[in-house]
Amino acid sequence: MAEPQIIYRDEPAVTDTPVALTDFASGSNAAAVRIEPGEDARALLPHLSQIKLVEIAFPAFGDGRGFSSAQILREAGYVGELRATGDVLVDQFVFLRRCGFDSFAPNSPLNEDDVKAAMSFFPDFYQKTSDGVAAIWAQRHPVAS
Amino acid sequence: MYQYDKYDQAMVDARVAEFRDQVRRRLDGSLSEDQFKHLRLKNGLYLQLHAYMLRVAIPYGTLSSKQMHMLAHIARTYDKGYGHFTTRQNIQYNWINLEQTPDILADLATVEMHAIQTSGNCIRNISSDHFAGAAADEIADPRPWAELLRQWSTFHPEFQLLPRKFKIAVIASATDRAAMRLHDIGIELVNNADGVLGAKFFVGGGMGRTPMIAPCIREFVPAEELISYSEACLRVYNRYGRRDNKYKARIKILVHEIGADEYRRQVEEEFAHMKTLGLIPPVAELERISAFFTDPAFEQGLSDDIDRSDPDFAVWVDQNTHKHKTPGYVSVTISLKPEGGIPGDATAEQIDLMADLAERYAFDELRVTHTQNIVLAHVRKADLYAIWQQLDAAGLATANLDLISDMIACPGLDYCSLANARSIPVAQKISQRFADTGRQRDLGELKLKISGCINACGHHHAGHIGILGVDKKGVENFQLLLGGSAAEDVSIAKIVGPGFDEDGIVNAVETVTNVYLGAREQGERFVDTYRRIGMEPFKEALYG
Repeated sequence: MAEPQIIYRDEPAVTDTPVALTDFASGSNAAAVRIEPGEDARALLPHLSQIKLVEIAFPAFGDGRGFSSAQILREAGYVGELRATGDVLVDQFVFLRRCGFDSFAPNSPLNEDDVKAAMSFFPDFYQKTSDGVAAIWAQRHPVAS
Repeated sequence: MYQYDKYDQAMVDARVAEFRDQVRRRLDGSLSEDQFKHLRLKNGLYLQLHAYMLRVAIPYGTLSSKQMHMLAHIARTYDKGYGHFTTRQNIQYNWINLEQTPDILADLATVEMHAIQTSGNCIRNISSDHFAGAAADEIADPRPWAELLRQWSTFHPEFQLLPRKFKIAVIASATDRAAMRLHDIGIELVNNADGVLGAKFFVGGGMGRTPMIAPCIREFVPAEELISYSEACLRVYNRYGRRDNKYKARIKILVHEIGADEYRRQVEEEFAHMKTLGLIPPVAELERISAFFTDPAFEQGLSDDIDRSDPDFAVWVDQNTHKHKTPGYVSVTISLKPEGGIPGDATAEQIDLMADLAERYAFDELRVTHTQNIVLAHVRKADLYAIWQQLDAAGLATANLDLISDMIACPGLDYCSLANARSIPVAQKISQRFADTGRQRDLGELKLKISGCINACGHHHAGHIGILGVDKKGVENFQLLLGGSAAEDVSIAKIVGPGFDEDGIVNAVETVTNVYLGAREQGERFVDTYRRIGMEPFKEALYG
């Protein structure tokens, strides 16, 4: 298991060793699971209530399937730790955050000043995601409450 | 035209700051070229044979005069005094210094322009009909839909690292002027049985090594669900598109391998889920955007008469203007295909002149066409002669729209690091061979498209006549293809036979046009005759 370098959660990082999604599907009671790029995150949805950590693997930064896996889990209401591991680079950081990752365990540690800079460039975004930030269109058309 | 609000402006300003920081880290060595490559590509910055090439986005090909002047300024200040308009309705500069690119992006941001996602495995510039808002045959204006998609696709967090690049086109008439079905997603605006406007989705088209015509995936997507449905299409692709082989990674391969029905099933399942999430902008946002695209203040009651006493002018009017929806107006296409020229190239002076003409005569607006020309969409017929005279003086009045010399050509081996052969000299020789306007007009509509390698940036699969440059044991060789079309009669061209050398291919083009002239029936275009008589007579004439 990869220790997270950066975490955006109130509670400490989950220390359980994640089991492979395939093992999980065959009836594990584990609370931590690891999803590889080619695996279907939806297989986990029936079991979300018992999960505290999902580790999503990025063997190569150019393989963006993990972004969809993360979105699917957050859209389904998963609130546990969502950790990006592997070839995780500072320049994907904002997009990973927006897809719901709140824990980062990169192969090579990120320069934290670069992370801070990356997180500060863009004040707003056009899309609504599970991160709860109001999309630009929502700010343009505020709903009277 | 769409105008940025504070959010749009903040977005491009932030991008400039971010890219400046990335370039700084590259120059001080903290980013390797390998790591930087992926970042610069997201800003349309390629390393080509001789220098960096910068591709600037022109959303759905629409520009104000001020923006067009900025393109001239960049050509003059940072390049060698010219730019190259592309088949994606963008512009490329071929002689860029890395150190200056942040300044170029900063200059662009001052006129609401950018180079965001003009390269890389993400959603690229949204393209559209260059006569949008002017054409007599459109059922609606596609540009607001294209702008909505532009905003949705800009920095979409889930779709930054797709299996491969992704191109979307939106049109709104039965006549396809945007090669819509040769896109990853082609959208045609249609009215349903209740007269409600919506989007018909074609998914999985493309050119490249494996040309495919996109099948229809959904007959009707309501306006308010456009983004959800697009998101569903992309998510299925991001999850299941092939990543084992970059030449099989486009969505066309996924749709082809699993079949349109299975792809549709998966998208519908995802779409049903998406609709529950409330991720989409309200209809009010499409309405807000649409308000930027209302008609300019057309004068009413103008005459449709044109003084045709100057014969050169009359030919240009016949060839290079298009019917406008408003009486007394017309759309003008400025050909960037002069005899012996480089298709799509324009000098800074020519770009400035076109901007001036747009400001004075065309409601301050220009369009780039996917066939690498420039359009003034709304022009009073009474102003045509004055416009033509000024264009003529600048070498911009070539009367060859849709004729054989109005060809598409990729940059080829003169610039491109992927190319196998030089497209530009072939294009130049063909345009010289057919320079006589009367001869070209006799040949009629003839779409000639030239690519310098199998990546097909010059759309050779979609040419009535296509030319593909290949490398044959270290020697440039050109294959001839016939019978393609990028329009509503979309089809994929077929290779005729063994290839030719550079002069041989020019002769071969002449030979097949002669076969056509001998065989055509009343009213037939080249491609119609080909479809009727088949490949054999052409083959016989070429290889005997």
